[in-house]
Amino acid sequence: MILVLPIILPLVFMVLLIFTRRWLFFQQAFSLLSAVALTVVSALLLSQVATEGILTIQLGTWPAPYGITLVADLLSAIMLITTSFVAVVVMVYSPGFIDKERQTAGYYPLVFGLLMGVNGAFLTGDIFNMYVWYEVMLTSSFVLIALGGSAEQLRGSVKYVTISFVASIFFVSAIGILYGQTGTLNMADLAYKMRTWENMPYINGALMLFFVAFSVKAALFPFFFWLPASYHTPPVPITALFAGTLTKVGIYTMFRFYSLFVVQDVMFWKLFLLIIAGLTMSVGVLMAASQFDIRKILSFHIISQVGYMVMGLAIFSVNSLAAAIYFTVHNMLSKTNTFLAGGLVFQRLGSYDLKYLGGLYKAAPFLALLFFIPAMSLAGIPPLPGFFGKLFLIKGGFAAGEYLITAVAIAVGFFTLFSMIKIWNEAYFKKTPEDAQKAQPVNRSAIAATTLLAAAVILLGIFAGPAMELTHQAAMQLKDPYQYIDAILNQTSP
Amino acid sequence: MESVILQIAARHMRPLLIILSLVVLYRGHNEPGGGFIGGLMLGAAYILYAMAFGVAKTQNRFVFSPLNLTALGLLIAVVSGIPALFAGDTFMTGEWITLFADTVAELKLGTPLIFDVGVYLAVAGMLMLVMFSIMEE
Repeated sequence: MILVLPIILPLVFMVLLIFTRRWLFFQQAFSLLSAVALTVVSALLLSQVATEGILTIQLGTWPAPYGITLVADLLSAIMLITTSFVAVVVMVYSPGFIDKERQTAGYYPLVFGLLMGVNGAFLTGDIFNMYVWYEVMLTSSFVLIALGGSAEQLRGSVKYVTISFVASIFFVSAIGILYGQTGTLNMADLAYKMRTWENMPYINGALMLFFVAFSVKAALFPFFFWLPASYHTPPVPITALFAGTLTKVGIYTMFRFYSLFVVQDVMFWKLFLLIIAGLTMSVGVLMAASQFDIRKILSFHIISQVGYMVMGLAIFSVNSLAAAIYFTVHNMLSKTNTFLAGGLVFQRLGSYDLKYLGGLYKAAPFLALLFFIPAMSLAGIPPLPGFFGKLFLIKGGFAAGEYLITAVAIAVGFFTLFSMIKIWNEAYFKKTPEDAQKAQPVNRSAIAATTLLAAAVILLGIFAGPAMELTHQAAMQLKDPYQYIDAILNQTSP
Repeated sequence: MESVILQIAARHMRPLLIILSLVVLYRGHNEPGGGFIGGLMLGAAYILYAMAFGVAKTQNRFVFSPLNLTALGLLIAVVSGIPALFAGDTFMTGEWITLFADTVAELKLGTPLIFDVGVYLAVAGMLMLVMFSIMEE
């Protein structure tokens, strides 16, 4: 039953929030409580998966290859709890940042719609159901990104909506091809058939279509262009939520599909993903270096960081996978945190443009600290989690003998540091420019939310050992897909 | 646009369409029909009414706004999964009861029907929501 809750609870919360959409205070308080409840449920799920192994449930008691399976292994559970925690932080942050019109125009119900889709995608064990959750998530995100309807937002959302639809076409055609080939949609059953049947044509074609669909969602090279064109347009909490959850669903799905479905031409896929990872990392970081808007710099960094995760996936050793999962969690927290800290700067000085910012280190040292922590974590400075993530990825790279990609990863790390120092120098360290706006007070709850997240980032760094142990187990499950297949196809009780 | 013909037609079509939508909803489990199509018909009944009398006047007739109707539909759809838990099955398992068994009026009721009612309301509400906002332009 606990497997259903991460999907059903957001739906129920969304419905209640729709009924009460005019009562602003209730919306704020209730959505915070709901996000906390969701985190508690995810924590319970994580502990249960950690002790009992992979959990499965057949919705409506329809047996495995035919009915829809929900399944939680450690990877799903880790992603779930990180997502709900990010949601809690954003719910604390939003009331003091987003204007009242947007808040009463359905911001809160839409956030829970988004969470339902994201959680559904993490839990489902059926490729068509996965597609449906993608659509639930995308539809909510379309409205969220356009909510308020400023000209800039609409420009951004047109690009976002168009590219997402194209990606959905790729996704659903790949499902169609696989279904035509194998007659099944259940992921475990598909993986089993791919491993046992002698000849299965068109598999690589279908996988390539999947790759295109997910790389659009995760913003990999060469399909990343929509992200910096749209992510900086809505209010910062929405961007932070997207950065923390939405793009990472693409990564999660890649992990899941790569582990289950890549059985033919493994060498090709490895090389291909390594090339993509290297290009994604370097192109993202180089383009970030030429930007002057805080949100745009951070958006390009989303792209570059995603490259690291794909690198860990492509090497596909237990160590590199564990590092990549740890890195993903770190990135969800740190990235959201940098966006939120950027929002605080905006509240204080009324701009995201580095030219009009400055002097925050002297005027507001605490705000500076709140940016410093996640930024240094992203850049990979010890003892913050970004350091451990990159360290273990690089170690995994060396151990697997992939020297070129590892060298690229190290170089990109330096460029990331450069970008973060650029924001730091311009916005916090240099003197306040003449034409800067007068300092405005910053909302306390927004500061509290950012502090909470920064604390979580630090904790993830301090407890890197236990966290890595957990991701190590998750990686072992990914590395051995028969565990997953077994858990679904040989379930004894419903 | 005021058209007497359309107004009279819409006034008489509305109850007919509502009854028809309920029929389609009920037969949907075993025969063509179901919550989605029924919901479209229910929505169409009110869209026709709005075309004849205007959106504002149509919306005055509602106790529930279309958005609330959609939300209610979603809620009913979720609730339909719960009886299965009391019967000791997995969430969303279909549970059936037969009323007046072995008579002419044999009536099979089950949780899939409740789910369909949820779909019915959600689709109708969504359709009206979209159409009304387009018509108000």
